[in-house]
Amino acid sequence: MVNHVSLSETFNKDEERVNWHDETLWWVRQKRDKAVWQIPEWEELRDMASQIKMNALSNLHDYLLQFEKNALANGMVVHWAADADEHNDIVYDILAKNKVERIVKSKSMLTEECHLNHFLAKKGIDVIDTDLGERIVQLAEEAPSHIVLPCIHKKKEEIGELFHRFLNTPEGNADPQFLTAAARIHLREKFMTRRVAITGVNFAIAETGEFVICTNEGNADMGAHLSDIHIACMGIEKLIPQREHLSVFLRLLARSATGQPVTTYSSHFVRPLPGQELHIVLVDNGRTRQLGRPDFRNSLKCIRCGACMNTCPVYRRSGGHSYHNAIAGPIGAILAPNLDMKEYADLPFASTLCGSCSNVCPVKIDIHQQLYKWRQVLTKEGHTPAAKTAAMKVMAGTLSRPAVYRFAGKAGRWFMRNIPWLTNNRFNPWYKQRDMPAPPKESFGDWYRKNKR
Amino acid sequence: MNVGLFIPCYVDQFYPGVAIATLQLLEKFGCRVTYPPGQTCCGQPMANSGYEHLSDSCSTLFVKNFSSFDYIVCPSGSCTLHIKDHLNDDASAANAGNIRKRIYELSEFMTDILKVEKLSACFPFKVGLHQSCHGQRGLYISQMSELVAEPFSKPGRLLQMVDGLELVSLGRSDECCGFGGTFCVAEEAVSVKMGKDRVDDHLKNKVEVITGADMSCLMHMEGILKRQKSTVRVMHIAEILTQW
Ligand code: SF4
Repeated sequence: MVNHVSLSETFNKDEERVNWHDETLWWVRQKRDKAVWQIPEWEELRDMASQIKMNALSNLHDYLLQFEKNALANGMVVHWAADADEHNDIVYDILAKNKVERIVKSKSMLTEECHLNHFLAKKGIDVIDTDLGERIVQLAEEAPSHIVLPCIHKKKEEIGELFHRFLNTPEGNADPQFLTAAARIHLREKFMTRRVAITGVNFAIAETGEFVICTNEGNADMGAHLSDIHIACMGIEKLIPQREHLSVFLRLLARSATGQPVTTYSSHFVRPLPGQELHIVLVDNGRTRQLGRPDFRNSLKCIRCGACMNTCPVYRRSGGHSYHNAIAGPIGAILAPNLDMKEYADLPFASTLCGSCSNVCPVKIDIHQQLYKWRQVLTKEGHTPAAKTAAMKVMAGTLSRPAVYRFAGKAGRWFMRNIPWLTNNRFNPWYKQRDMPAPPKESFGDWYRKNKR
Repeated sequence: MNVGLFIPCYVDQFYPGVAIATLQLLEKFGCRVTYPPGQTCCGQPMANSGYEHLSDSCSTLFVKNFSSFDYIVCPSGSCTLHIKDHLNDDASAANAGNIRKRIYELSEFMTDILKVEKLSACFPFKVGLHQSCHGQRGLYISQMSELVAEPFSKPGRLLQMVDGLELVSLGRSDECCGFGGTFCVAEEAVSVKMGKDRVDDHLKNKVEVITGADMSCLMHMEGILKRQKSTVRVMHIAEILTQW
């Protein structure tokens, strides 16, 4: 079965690569640390962001209507999609109506979540991802492994090889600057010739009916400005009440993501350019269901900065693809079960509950506590293996009866001392790469009874 | 003051020396310590695996054992945190609530309640301190590297009081070791890799002993060190503080 355990075991077969992956992302975490220590009021900012999002989520209905009203007044076309299928159909209808078969798309985790590329490909539409990292994974026919750094799992030599194969760069050239220039030429042609651009949305502002896209490459702007039709796709949780709130989020986003003070481009889209159509698709796809779960609604505060992934000691050593979901890492693990409990029942268990994710999160999502709570829900809903349930029942039975516990402990230690191969064998996952603790003759309880009473 | 000694199940079974050291330490600082003999476990192994509902009888037992003390002290941050966050007993809710307020991890108890300023301990070795996540990020016994906030460390401060002890600083001050309860066997590959990396950080910085306030993390790292035939030892902080 493909799950986090098996996928991360495969990832760990190449230890050198794991080290490289871990160190690369740890370096990003360190850049984040340096940047946030420049801001004495950092923790206050996080608090404020968390509260603004709480307000937005608590009044989502009103803010959405306010946004729609203002966006319409600005000349946008507003679409509502209940789920991924509706979202994909809406996008396709716009393309079909305008007889467009080739489009550009900048970064949008929502379209990944809806599997839009796959859907459009089946309809014969050619989509070019214009974010450099996304273009790289697209050429490799892979999914992004990180929400901010989509090809972080690829070494520059591998990217050189891909570009040699698809973009005719010289064989063996892995110079990042050279490869970036090659991608630029390749993408420039797409920008100039494609009439429709799809983009994501980082923030939508209810008060003004505008939305904001943050990129470092300017690829969203390039696509949108050169297009006849701009389609922006957003999850309904991207809404913030007022324009002034943006100042809080823009200070948090890039610092948390990469340690930059701000993204290179933070572009406001208010109304269509003359002669242009500007569509915005508002997508639910399970978000209102999550909003209805008191224990998990905080997860909708996420601004997709990726900091929880960079700091996660498990993610760094299991790779983004081990989460088999559009959004990887700790945040992916609390969002995915809302979409499909059975399919993603493994993810909340792919954590030591160390809590580092919750501490870096710029909107203070209690990620590790939600992981714990998802475990309880998944167990109650019957999504954990029967063998595990049986073992847990035995354990609970033993630990709730002191006499049974004392006997089991004594017997266990006796066996470990006298028949060590019973535990020291390849069927014991502890023993595979670790020694067992030396079993003492007496437990503390035995000692205490003898010496203290 | 009357202190109830809570010894987690795996410490009771595998590391009785840690429990004895904890007892001696508390007695040395004037506590009247009792070890309720009917105790077993805090219920965390079930709860963290998603079976919180199976830990009810453990909780009832815990409340029965520990209701009558001024304080409950435990040489494990993780088990302490579990009790603090999750102990419930429908039959005696008030007692459970009281226990949640009165349970302390050993190093925080020594710092905050006993207000220990001096120790007559001597341990002339290079020591690396492993900050276990639940004690640190859950109980705040040390400041967390993710936050923009004044650094402090309760176990670190106690170790600094030990004569001859050299506290070594690490490359990554508070990364998880990968034990994580049932995670250590369910996610064996990642767990071991995390443990190896944590141990390497200590080895690179030439420590002779790895210590910490949670024996479970140390047991995990000890398993890795032993497999590597390393001479570096693990010791619970109580075992170092009682080297007098
Ligand atoms: S959960 Fe928090 S840290 Fe993780 S991506 Fe979202 S906002 Fe960033």
